[in-house]
Amino acid sequence: MSRTRKVATTAALLAGVLALSACSTNREEASSGGGGSCDTSKGTLVVGFVAPLSGSLSALGLGMKNSTDLAVNQANQACKVPGYRLALQAEDDQATAQIAGQAATKLASDPNVVGVIGTLNSSTAQTVAPILAQKKIVEISPANTNPALTQGDNYATAPARPNATYFRTATTDAIQGPFAAQFLVQKQGKKNIAVIDDGKTYGAGLADQFAAEAQKLGATIAARLKVGEKDTDFSGVITQIRGANPDAVYYGGEYPVAGPLSKQLADAGLNIPLMGGDGIVDSTYAQLGGREGDFATNVGAPPEQQPSAKAFIDAYAAAGYSEPYSAYGALTYDAANVLIDGLSKTVGNGTFSDASRDGLISAVQATNLQGATGAISFDQFGDTTNKVLTVYTVQGGKFTPLETGTYAAS
Amino acid sequence: MSIFLSQIANGLMFGSLIALIAIGYTMVYGIITLINFAHGEIFMVGAYGGLATLTYWVPTAVVARWYFALPIALVAGALVSMLVAVAMERFAYRPLRNAPRLAPLITALGVSVALQEAVRVFYPGATAAIPFPPLFIQGAFVIPIGDGVVIRYTGILLIVVSLGLAFGLERFVERTRLGRAMRATSQDRDTARLMGIDPDRVIVLTFAIGGALAGVAGVLYGSYLNNINIDMGFQNGIFAFTAAVLGGIGNIRGAVVGGLVIGLVRALGGQYLPGGTAYDYVWIFVVLIIVLVFRPQGFFGESERVRA
Repeated sequence: MSRTRKVATTAALLAGVLALSACSTNREEASSGGGGSCDTSKGTLVVGFVAPLSGSLSALGLGMKNSTDLAVNQANQACKVPGYRLALQAEDDQATAQIAGQAATKLASDPNVVGVIGTLNSSTAQTVAPILAQKKIVEISPANTNPALTQGDNYATAPARPNATYFRTATTDAIQGPFAAQFLVQKQGKKNIAVIDDGKTYGAGLADQFAAEAQKLGATIAARLKVGEKDTDFSGVITQIRGANPDAVYYGGEYPVAGPLSKQLADAGLNIPLMGGDGIVDSTYAQLGGREGDFATNVGAPPEQQPSAKAFIDAYAAAGYSEPYSAYGALTYDAANVLIDGLSKTVGNGTFSDASRDGLISAVQATNLQGATGAISFDQFGDTTNKVLTVYTVQGGKFTPLETGTYAAS
Repeated sequence: MSIFLSQIANGLMFGSLIALIAIGYTMVYGIITLINFAHGEIFMVGAYGGLATLTYWVPTAVVARWYFALPIALVAGALVSMLVAVAMERFAYRPLRNAPRLAPLITALGVSVALQEAVRVFYPGATAAIPFPPLFIQGAFVIPIGDGVVIRYTGILLIVVSLGLAFGLERFVERTRLGRAMRATSQDRDTARLMGIDPDRVIVLTFAIGGALAGVAGVLYGSYLNNINIDMGFQNGIFAFTAAVLGGIGNIRGAVVGGLVIGLVRALGGQYLPGGTAYDYVWIFVVLIIVLVFRPQGFFGESERVRA
């Protein structure tokens, strides 16, 4: 008896210790190359960066970090911000909201941080955005797609912008989900679709938006289920949707789950395509079990096919980063350039101080740039006005662009 | 009906995997009353060990034939896990043998973090999930009931190997001299020493057996799900620990039953209980709480203490 009780106490204690051990972060402070021949007499300004640099989403995060680094280096070489050298400070959020919050607090406490590029996950942005907003630090995300981040929790009925400092170059799930539904229902003729999500802000939001539009277009939602973001065995979920006999599966979430889920669907005899959002577009998707003919939407047009992105791709290759720029590379590069451009307008020939922050926010809001992903400007919520999306399909083990289009409400 | 049977099959597959890991928890607890929280990591290391062997040391022509690749991977995984487990005992736990109980427990957590980070840093590409080759006949057979009950061959392999090893271990502990030495050490280490048993040897043996089983589980897991990541030990380790407590910690049969119960609760809870798969893990812990309230010693605790 007492032994069992000891076990229980120990377990409780352990839970506490484990929670503590999760606090350690892997900090990796990257600083970019020198300013060349530029005048840097006024000191260094820091471009903050928050995204997962370790863990299962690090492939995306590292591509984002390198793309930011590239933009910062180019700005230094071109003396974009007179008198200042720019430095990149990259923080790893491990795709965890709590750690992202710590990273944001750390960046916000540094008076030289002018703005932050990131995050990757919508769930981490929910923590990071308010922390940065308090210090009037501009945040530009190249990857967050949850509508609530710019339009508030009641985005469908009464949109209201929660943080004036928050912008994004990625378009939202309010567009991406319906865009996917239009493709799957109208172009692929799928009428009985099972919808699964991982219960996170991004995945659940995307899946809800998809399901609503698919129903509007006349398709049936065969099943609406959730999996854990760290789950690996989906046999239970698959057994449930098997009974409903769907002709496609839509998954709101990311590739570490989507890949194995696709494989296990086929293993269970369900040879139906899986479709997802930008979160499943990654080079490892097929290795992890993603099948030929699976679909995904991604924001923007494929960088490889855009003339505007050629300069970015070439510069990225020339810089010799060890990781590919990944799904958000071009959008991140643009986000960083928006920030740098705004900064250069705000600082002009003067100096940067806390008093300049309001000006920087207005400058970013008024952005009008030709970036790697096309024309960049923001609407009154801080969302990009660029509503171009692309459907990808897996071919030869890789996501290849199928069609690019501009979203139009049905 | 076919859905019910499918979920039972799903539950048994997941459950027998958890059972195999749980045996390691329960054996170590039985002998030195330590909850070895690094045991989940031993399971993870086994999967990576098996994969490394197949990737780097075995010609691809051999890997392509499952009847060669499977035994090689199982043995390699078991060996790697066994070595890591024994080294862990020797260098992390033995120096703390007579320290207060909390010291080895905290050490176990440290070892767990260290192993996870070591694999992340040193195994190529381990920062993200890595694909694992299928090591058994691919595909599934369909039992023609209702819509059909799909059972994957790898799932059957998982059940057969897990339960076979568990049965073999139980016989070993019950029937052999070494097994008797293990039971004696677990009952009273000092008296066992007086009877001529070397407790250190028995403890090493316990870690070695628990580690080998976890290694086998790791390779089976990889082959069943076709990819592995460094979190897998933590996730499944928690379930295995729960299974061990549920079955009565210290009891091998209890660990197996606990594992199967967890698998079934997860599969059937996800299907039939409110909230569906979003709450399937919740039901596992609800069952744990209910069992601990009414039978704190677990299913097989105390009344028949066949502790190893």
